[in-house]
Amino acid sequence: MNFLDLIWLIPILPLCGAAIMLLFGRNLSKTVVSIICPGAVLGSFILSLGAVIQLAGLKERTHQVVLFEWLPQLHVDFGYLLDPLSSVMILVVTGIGFLIHVYATGYMAHEHGPRHGGYYRFFGYLNLFVFFMLTLVLANNYPLLFVGWEGVGLCSYLLIGFYFHKKSAGDAGKKAFIVNRIGDAGFILGMFFLFQVTGSLRFTEVTDALRSARFGPEVTHFGILSLTALLLFIGATGKSAQLPLYVWLPDAMEGPTPVSALIHAATMVTAGVYMCARSNALFALTPETSHIVAAVGACTAIFAASIGLVQNDIKRVLAYSTVSQLGYMFLAVGVGAYWVGVFHLYTHAFFKALLFLGAGSVIHAMSGEQDMRNMGGLRNKIPITFGTMFIASLAIAGIPGLSGFFSKDEILWQTWSAPELGSKVLWVVGFLTALMTAFYMWRLMFLTFFGEPRMDEKTKHHIHESPKAMTIPLMVLAGGSVVAGWIGMPKVFGENGFMQGLEHWLAPVFESGKEVAHAAAEHGAAAHHDTTMEWVLMGVSIGAALSGIFLARHIYLRMKAEDRPTGGFIYPVLLNKWYVDELYDFLFVNGLSKGGGTLMAKFDTNVIDGGVNGTAWLTRMVSRISMWYDTWIVDGLVNLTAFTVRALSFPVRFLQTGFLQSYALVFMAGVLGIFGYFWWGR
Amino acid sequence: MSSPITTEHYLVLSAMLLLIGTVGVLLRRNVVVIMMSIELILNAVNLNLVAFSHHLQQVNGQIFAIFIIVVAVAEAAVGLGILIALFRNKETVLVDEIDLLKW
Repeated sequence: MNFLDLIWLIPILPLCGAAIMLLFGRNLSKTVVSIICPGAVLGSFILSLGAVIQLAGLKERTHQVVLFEWLPQLHVDFGYLLDPLSSVMILVVTGIGFLIHVYATGYMAHEHGPRHGGYYRFFGYLNLFVFFMLTLVLANNYPLLFVGWEGVGLCSYLLIGFYFHKKSAGDAGKKAFIVNRIGDAGFILGMFFLFQVTGSLRFTEVTDALRSARFGPEVTHFGILSLTALLLFIGATGKSAQLPLYVWLPDAMEGPTPVSALIHAATMVTAGVYMCARSNALFALTPETSHIVAAVGACTAIFAASIGLVQNDIKRVLAYSTVSQLGYMFLAVGVGAYWVGVFHLYTHAFFKALLFLGAGSVIHAMSGEQDMRNMGGLRNKIPITFGTMFIASLAIAGIPGLSGFFSKDEILWQTWSAPELGSKVLWVVGFLTALMTAFYMWRLMFLTFFGEPRMDEKTKHHIHESPKAMTIPLMVLAGGSVVAGWIGMPKVFGENGFMQGLEHWLAPVFESGKEVAHAAAEHGAAAHHDTTMEWVLMGVSIGAALSGIFLARHIYLRMKAEDRPTGGFIYPVLLNKWYVDELYDFLFVNGLSKGGGTLMAKFDTNVIDGGVNGTAWLTRMVSRISMWYDTWIVDGLVNLTAFTVRALSFPVRFLQTGFLQSYALVFMAGVLGIFGYFWWGR
Repeated sequence: MSSPITTEHYLVLSAMLLLIGTVGVLLRRNVVVIMMSIELILNAVNLNLVAFSHHLQQVNGQIFAIFIIVVAVAEAAVGLGILIALFRNKETVLVDEIDLLKW
């Protein structure tokens, strides 16, 4: 069976699932829904696995399937491209997507409404999302990627606002959609420029063109290519929640938890990283933009981590953690270590999806409570959730041997060894972020699972471990969180085909052309020999992870709540998320809505109301003329007739006495008259 | 001596009835009486017709008289019906008070 030519089936299967759900889901039972939707994604996963295995057997590891000609003016086909980069992405999307679908069958089981309306709708949207996400990562050109890009944005909007009867959920959905619009504008402009410069939008042709000798330093330095890369990066900041467009992601937690895990942690938000990695030839040519990418990534990482330190909502901590980890990925992309960015994307998908699903399981057990201040002591009540989240928290904190350690450490090492001037500063920022990450994750763990229970009696009585449909995906993901990093170990651990498997696998995509004058490659190679430094840095970051964990243990387990340090003025600032939402409200939202409101009011009063009133006035004038005509001409004629008759009848009408006997008398007189005429007249 | 009743006697009686009827129609105020007066006029005519029928030994006049009786019955029925409707509206049967169709 040739899976490579069947890659078009990979997105189509979830699309069919979505179509069935959204067209006929009303009449399907929950069991059928729970089979079709996860089944469709499982089918995609199997097809992906088969295709990737066959791809590994090819000499040139790219395979394109063109379905039809789509936009001939732009030389763009509706085609799918499977190469090492997209193969990693489709495995993550379908694999983790399948686990989250299974989890959702348990998590959403209580979803009621008119004939379980929420249930099939939820799975329909979820499958639609998987379709668009697969379109995004399998697309062989920028416009098709953009189709998937917008499609996942739509599904994100639909799923954030899944509980649309809650105003906060509807607002969060709108916020996500509108903020993403800003980024999308940049993306579209970037595509136009790219077409202008390279004459194509197919990934392979764009990459070939950029790697050819046509683009020397004199073209790229602060030239149109820098602008193009920057515009594409603006698109990525919207989708991947980077400064300054990250504000929608924390609010997106209004959606059901499986959505947060699938869309807002594992897959959709990494689309920006994927897109930048896909455009690596462009970013490699534009060092200025790459510096901006790295700086934005590092700033976002530490900024979001600082907010995550003090949040009390369990899902919000994870949301800021996601923003922070995405910052790491952009830091890696910005310093030219594209494969490391993808590596972190891939390990992060495991442990962050696990953390979100675990948090969902906790919320499930706590009857919907999300505030960690009302939790505590859950360790023994929900042991599977605790155990799996424990592993994920170790992984994200960067404890050696688990997946998060390898990817995060590689990012920090690549940052340190990058040749650019500010790379040491970026490393310090990344290091502090690692410390904070360990701290806030273990703050979450200690507040939730350790210490005294702080929930009320009714909730406490209700606490129960989640059903198997939820715990089995947790366990699978926990296994993934441990082993996923083993294919990307640092070279100092020894070099072989497995331990650097991912780097070798992705190498064909990220190989910089020989003509490209970019120092990072050889300099990075040189720095790799500095093994002592690498060991030292590794030790330092392990120290950061451990000290973060123990600091959290000290503060949140040993100290009583009233003894904990308050943090002075910085605490309210962090709790209020640096007042960024307020700032945006002040700068943009209020101005636009108020200015727009005034403008609309003016328009309404003067133009719309004016039009209506003008019509009314015109009608009144016409009706006045009509009334005048009616009164004087029509009525006048009728009255004139009547008047004439009356005038003419003046003498005669007095004969009409109305007195019967006078008529009889006249009658009699008439008879006598006729009689007399004949009697005497002859 | 007894003189036979001749045709002239009938005619004189008929003329007297006609006169009484006409005067009644012209002078009485009550519509019921006026209608009775009209009956007198019609019967005066009937008497005339029957008298001449006897005088001329022809039956035509008698047939005509029967026709007139039928018509008079119909006229009385219709006339009294109108009168009742009129009374319901005006609460009067006096002709000098019924003068709606005045100029």
